[in-house]
Amino acid sequence: MSRIAGCFQKLAEEGRTALIPYVVAGDPRQAFTVPLMHKLVESGADILELGVPFSDPMAEGPVIQLAHERALANGTTLSKVLAMVSEFRKTDSTTPVLLMGYANPVMHMGYRNFANAAVAAGLDGLLTVDIPPEEVDGINGELQRVEMDNIFLVAPTTPDERIARIASRASGFIYYVSLKGVTGAGNLDTVEVASRVGAIRRHSSLPVAVGFGIKDAASARAVAQTADGVVVGSALVNTMAEVIERGGESDAAIAAAASLLGDIRRGIDSPA
Amino acid sequence: MSTSTKQDAYAAVPDAQGRFGEYGGKYVSETLMAALSELEAVYAELSVDEKFQRELDDDLTHYVGRPSPLYEAVRWSDMIGGARIYLKREDLNHTGAHKVNNTIGQALLAKHMGKKRVIAETGAGQHGVATATIAARLGLECQVFMGEEDIRRQALNVYRMKLLGAEVISVTSGSRTLKDAMNEAMRDWVTNVDDTFYIIGTVAGPHPYPLLVRDFQCVIGREARAQCLAQAGRLPDALVACVGGGSNAIGLFHPFLNDEDVAMYGVEAGGHGLATSDHAAPLNAGTPGVLHGNRTYLMQDDDGQIMHTHSISAGLDYPGVGPEHSWLKDIGRVNYVVADDDEALRAFHTLTRVEGIMPALESSHALAYAEKLAASMTPQQMIVVNLSGRGDKDIHTVAQIDGIEF
Ligand SMILES: Cc1ncc(COP(=O)(O)O)c(C=O)c1O
Repeated sequence: MSRIAGCFQKLAEEGRTALIPYVVAGDPRQAFTVPLMHKLVESGADILELGVPFSDPMAEGPVIQLAHERALANGTTLSKVLAMVSEFRKTDSTTPVLLMGYANPVMHMGYRNFANAAVAAGLDGLLTVDIPPEEVDGINGELQRVEMDNIFLVAPTTPDERIARIASRASGFIYYVSLKGVTGAGNLDTVEVASRVGAIRRHSSLPVAVGFGIKDAASARAVAQTADGVVVGSALVNTMAEVIERGGESDAAIAAAASLLGDIRRGIDSPA
Repeated sequence: MSTSTKQDAYAAVPDAQGRFGEYGGKYVSETLMAALSELEAVYAELSVDEKFQRELDDDLTHYVGRPSPLYEAVRWSDMIGGARIYLKREDLNHTGAHKVNNTIGQALLAKHMGKKRVIAETGAGQHGVATATIAARLGLECQVFMGEEDIRRQALNVYRMKLLGAEVISVTSGSRTLKDAMNEAMRDWVTNVDDTFYIIGTVAGPHPYPLLVRDFQCVIGREARAQCLAQAGRLPDALVACVGGGSNAIGLFHPFLNDEDVAMYGVEAGGHGLATSDHAAPLNAGTPGVLHGNRTYLMQDDDGQIMHTHSISAGLDYPGVGPEHSWLKDIGRVNYVVADDDEALRAFHTLTRVEGIMPALESSHALAYAEKLAASMTPQQMIVVNLSGRGDKDIHTVAQIDGIEF
């Protein structure tokens, strides 16, 4: 069983919801990311999602766009992101790590090269925003060869009959995009989310994580009522960016992120 | 390949997945997949619907002013002393460029789909102006995304769009040019996908855009082919068009693809030269990758990051190119060449002075190459150049280079 599947199974047995923080690898500095990853695990993260910086992050809102720009400006590349995963694995062999990014850097490295490098680094999954099932054949074979999970998005606009098609190509979990919009948008509708998560469950037995627009303990808690996992991205990225902008040190930024994630963890875990 | 299999090949792309060989496709986030499927279905129906086609033709005739003339540039051809050069006068269209052929078509689709709002990206501002124009006429709400850098370069078109009632949204992310405007338009579309139609300005983007934009622009080549036969009694020896995203070029080329004796030249922006990194010539100096929903030749670095581009003309300042051009390059049907900033600028001045026609700086790239090509040919031969737009919008840029402040 993959580390991701194992993680969801264990949490399900404990009746808990996975907390999945998203941060952009290399933002604001390359040396910042591995200590941050460890700290997020200490603060309640079950799975880590690292954004791979891209010059044209089309699905991102302003907060995460800026994080991509900062990471690129300091020379963060896909190879360097994989090196960060490798470094993290030296002292944490249990927490699943997945990358979320865009097709071009992975395609440019070559699907085969990527799969080999990713498995060597100890990566568990890949979510490529702009590779829908229609375009996945090339990469899926390579990911399957190295038993790496391929995480797919399901959107509010995805028709029911498409969900089955997506699920048939997915592994690890399904990522439900909770709103029509970019990351960090403010129009989350938790009733709608519950109904859509229900629809996904009718077509797939994979765990369902929900992301985009979850920014605090309250929204995370609401989503956790129905989802197996909650992804928090922009709120964390923004919290850290604010500390750095005010002239704060890396440690202070990491502490601020940890504190926010801790709040969200307690929100999710508190009895209904 | 025999002639007939080649002909089948041109008609067979894109396939049902929107692929031109290994290029094209639908590389977008899941949120947009349903909207693209809907657009595909609507277009499949309307593209063979006589009433829709009549509506489109009517607009092209009475609103745009088509057919655009095919004009023999007599003095310029004499001056060069080689092949006779004919200009396909897309500059004479309403709004001053070929862009309107496509915006009219897409706006009609939007109307049929009941969308109340249209959005567009723009570089030079020509596509933005054409979109704002048709939105004004159809009473649609219109927002145009434009890079901060291009807003500075194309102030006249920005004001034109505002006069037409469109809102111009300044894009400050990334390189602040056309590619970033397209990112921002995609983000808006994801957010407002229920009531908004995204009018893409060139043959790029995810399927079915490269197909439908090509179809709407093919009026250029269909007219030109008939005009060549009527006016010169023959088909041309060569076609020349500039290539930004590639819509004016594919519009001219496509109806001639089966005419094997007609050579084709797509002219990319050489900027400061291919030896520098300041150009916008992905077909000449790039490698295949994925950007803006399709797989195509791109300007990218070793990490697969999209590179900064440069061209004197904002409309060619784009790191990608329509996927059909990538395919036409690989199969060798079209030659992709470059003209640099200086060559384009010289051609701008030459045509203005010799023919009294002020071309857009984008089109000036095609003119610059055509001049060289004509010089290597004989007066018995004939070239058609797509004069994709007029140069009024560029007067500011040209004046600045000449050190003139208004
Ligand atoms: C006059 C003119 N020609 C050409 C172009 C380039 O676009 P395309 O390659 O799609 O024809 C533009 C784009 O703005 C333009 O305004």
